Amino acid sequence: MENVKQQSRVNLQKLLAPAVLVVLFIFFSLVGDNFFSVDSVVNILSASYYIGFMAIGVTFVIITGGIDLSLGTTMMCGALLGGYAYNTWHWGIIPSLILVVIVATLIGLLNGWLVAYLKLPPFIATLGTQMMGMGFGAIATKVMTMRYPTVGSPDGWFKNFFYKTASGIPIGAAWLALAFLIAFIVLNKTRFGRYTFAMGSNNEAARLSGIRTERWLTGIYTLCGFFCGIAGIFYAAVYTTIIPSTGNGLELLAIAGVVIGGTSMSGGVGSLTGTIIGVFVMSVLKQGLMSMGLQAHWQTFFTGFVVIGAVLIDNYRLAAANRVKIN
Amino acid sequence: MAEPVLEMENIQKYFPGVHALDNARLCVNAGEVHGLIGENGAGKSTLMKVLAGIYKKDGGTIRLRGKEVEINSPEDARKLGIGIIHQELNLMPHLTVAANIFIGREPRKGLFLNEAKAVKDSGALLKSLSIDIDPTAVINTLTVAMQQMVEIAKALSYQSDILVMDEPTAALTENEIQELFKFIRALKAEGHTIIYISHRLDELPMITDRITVMRDGQFVNTVETASVTKQEIISMMVGRTIYEEPKLKSDVPSDAPVVLEARHLMAKNVRDVSFTLRRGEILGFAGLMGAGRTETMRALFGADPLVSGEILLNGKPVAVKSPSDAVRLGIGYLSEDRKAFGLSTGLSVRDNCVMASLEEFTSGPFTDDRKIEKAAREYIEKIDIKTPSTAQLVKNLSGGNQQKIVVAKWLIRNCDILIFDEPTRGIDVGAKNEIYKLMRRLASEQKSIIMISSELPELLRMSDRIVVMNEGRVTGEMDISLASQESIMTYATSN
Repeated sequence: MENVKQQSRVNLQKLLAPAVLVVLFIFFSLVGDNFFSVDSVVNILSASYYIGFMAIGVTFVIITGGIDLSLGTTMMCGALLGGYAYNTWHWGIIPSLILVVIVATLIGLLNGWLVAYLKLPPFIATLGTQMMGMGFGAIATKVMTMRYPTVGSPDGWFKNFFYKTASGIPIGAAWLALAFLIAFIVLNKTRFGRYTFAMGSNNEAARLSGIRTERWLTGIYTLCGFFCGIAGIFYAAVYTTIIPSTGNGLELLAIAGVVIGGTSMSGGVGSLTGTIIGVFVMSVLKQGLMSMGLQAHWQTFFTGFVVIGAVLIDNYRLAAANRVKIN
Repeated sequence: MAEPVLEMENIQKYFPGVHALDNARLCVNAGEVHGLIGENGAGKSTLMKVLAGIYKKDGGTIRLRGKEVEINSPEDARKLGIGIIHQELNLMPHLTVAANIFIGREPRKGLFLNEAKAVKDSGALLKSLSIDIDPTAVINTLTVAMQQMVEIAKALSYQSDILVMDEPTAALTENEIQELFKFIRALKAEGHTIIYISHRLDELPMITDRITVMRDGQFVNTVETASVTKQEIISMMVGRTIYEEPKLKSDVPSDAPVVLEARHLMAKNVRDVSFTLRRGEILGFAGLMGAGRTETMRALFGADPLVSGEILLNGKPVAVKSPSDAVRLGIGYLSEDRKAFGLSTGLSVRDNCVMASLEEFTSGPFTDDRKIEKAAREYIEKIDIKTPSTAQLVKNLSGGNQQKIVVAKWLIRNCDILIFDEPTRGIDVGAKNEIYKLMRRLASEQKSIIMISSELPELLRMSDRIVVMNEGRVTGEMDISLASQESIMTYATSN
C-alpha cells in the first residue's frame, strides 16, 4: 500500500515540469502579443537547439555527480576551428562540420581524463578546460570571426539541412528529437546509462562491483563533449557567425535546463525528458517575455527564479518522500 | 570435516607510517562460522580487504582449499568464490534491487540491457534464499536490514562459498539480528563458510564456532568459541583485564535537585515523552534502534521541531527553539555521528575545542589565539586527550579522542547538561573505558548526563537510572539497582 502511494507521488512529480511548461505556454498565449503563432513556436524551437544538445550531454555528467563548466566554450572552440578549416583551409563543409565535432569530443575526452584518472574535482577540471578552450579557439583562429555559409551560398544547404528547410520548416527540432531519443535509449537501456546512474549513486560500490569506473566516466565526459560538438554545428547553422572568446555563460543555461528538469546535482538521479522540458521552459520564457515587450534581461531574471523554484520543489519532494519512509 | 578452506599466513601490510598487518594469520575451516575480533585498528578489516583484493598484501601467503592463490583485485577474489559484505553497505541507493545484484554483469540483449531477465533472475535468487524483497524496489526505500540481505544475496550470486561479513549487526535491531542469525545458520547448513567480524562480543557464542583474535595487526589466538568466556576474549583483545561489572546502585544522593524536566514531549517519532534528570546523574536511555531516543533528544535540543510539550530547567519553563537556544541554556549534545554533526574533522584540535564558544575567545573582531591555545591545552590535560599538539587535525585522531574533543567543546561552553548519543559507537574497548571514566568524573563534578546507548552492558555499567523507550514512548523507568538486561529488553519490546 505504502509503496503504491509513494509511487503515485513520484509520478505526480514527474508531471510537474511538463505542467509548468504548459501553464507558461497558456499564460503567454493569453497575455503576450502574437505569442500564439507559428513564428513564435519556430523561434522557441530555434532558440532551444544548441542549448538542448549541450543539456543532453551534460545530463549524463550531472547524473554521475559531476559537472561540466566547459560546455559553452567547448562548443565555440569546435565551431571556430571548423570555421577556420572551412574559411582558411578551404575544406568542404562536411569535413569542416566533422572537425567541429572532433574538436569538441577531444575536449570532452580531456575533461574525462582529468576527472576520472587524475581525480581532479569536475568543477576545477572543467573550469580549467573552459578557459583553455576559449583561449585556444581564439589563438587558433588568429582572433578572426568565423563565417559559415549563408542560405544563398553554394554550401548554404547545411542551414536548410540542420536549421530550417527552404519552406521554413524548423527541421532542427527533428534533429534534437532524434538526439534526445538516442540519448534516452543510451541512458535507460544500456550498460553505459546504467553505470552513469551507478557511479552517481555510489561510486565506490560501483568500483568494487568490478566496473572500470575510470573508463566509463571518461566515456561520459567524452560523450558530453561530443554533444557540445553537435551543438556547435547547430549554433553555426542558426547564427552563421562565430566570434572568438565567446561561449562562456552558455554552459550555465544548459545546466539550468538540466536542474529545472529535476536532475539532482548530487548524482544518482536524473532524466533526459526533464532536461528537454527544462530547456523548453527557458525558451518559452524568453519568447514569452519578449512578446510581452520585456527585455532579454527579464528572461535571465525569471530563468534564475525558475531554477531556484525547481530545486526548492525538489527538496520539498525529497523531504516528503523521506517522511513517507520513516512513518 | 575440519579441514581448512582458507589459510592466510604471515600477511604483511604497510601503510605510510603504519605497519597495519604484522604476520597476521587466519585459518578458517570449511563450513564454519568464524569470528574475527579485535579492537578498532587491530587489523581485522585490513586483513579482510587483503582477502577481497581491495588492498594488495606486502608479504605472506594465502592458500585456498590447499592451493596458493594471488588475489590482486576484487574480481580475482570473486572468481575464487570470496564475497565480502562491507560494514558501510556497498549498494547504489538510487538503483533497483535487481540492478544492484547484477551490477557489472548485466544480462544483455545485444547492446541493450535485458531488464526483464535481471528482474526474473534476481527474483528467483531472492526466493531461493527465502528473502521477501521485490527485485524492482529501489534500494533507498528499503530498511537497512533489507539492504543487507540484498548485499548478501548479491555476494552469493557470485557463487561465493566464503562470505565475509564486516560488523553486519551494527545497524540492526534485535529482531533483525535474530533474523540475520537464522539466515547465517541456514547458509552454514548449505556448506558456506562465513567469516564474521564483530565488536559485539555477546553475539559470538550465538553464531560462531571458532574465533580468531587480532591485536595491533598481529595474530593473537584462535579458539573454540564454546571453550572461552567473554572475559577471556576481552583480555586477549586488549592484553589486560578491563571488563567491569554492572553498577549496583545509584551514585546520586536521593535529595539531588532536578535540573532538567521534560513534560509530554511530542515530535516526529516522539510520543508523549516525560522524564527528569537530576544533578550529577547519569540517566541511561535504552531501547531498540528506532525507538525514538535520538529523536527525543534532538527535539529537546532544538535540532528538530517540538510539536508540543514543556521543558523545565531548574524548575523554570524554557523555550528551546533551536540548538543555539539549548547551548545558551547549558545543554550540550554529542551526536552519535561525530563526523557528520559533532566535529569539523578538517580543522585542528584547538579550533574544534572552542567552536561552540568562539565569542568568548575574541578580542574585538579578531580571534584571540593565545586564549584559545590556553583553553585547548587546559582541556587536553583535564580530560586526557591524546594528541601531539593543539594544532593537530582532528581527522588524524582516533575515535575515542575525537569523542573527547566533542566533550571538551561543550565543557568549554560551560554546559551543565550533556547528552551523549551512542558515545562509544565505533571506538575500541580501551578508548571506551576512557570515555566511561570521563563520564563518571563529569557526573561526580555535578554535571548531569543523558546517555543513549544500544549496548545494554554499557548502560548497566554507567547509568544511575534507566529510561526505556519503544516506538516513540517511554515504556519503563527503573533505578539501576533494579535493572537487568532482561528487564530492559522486556520494556524495550513492550508497549
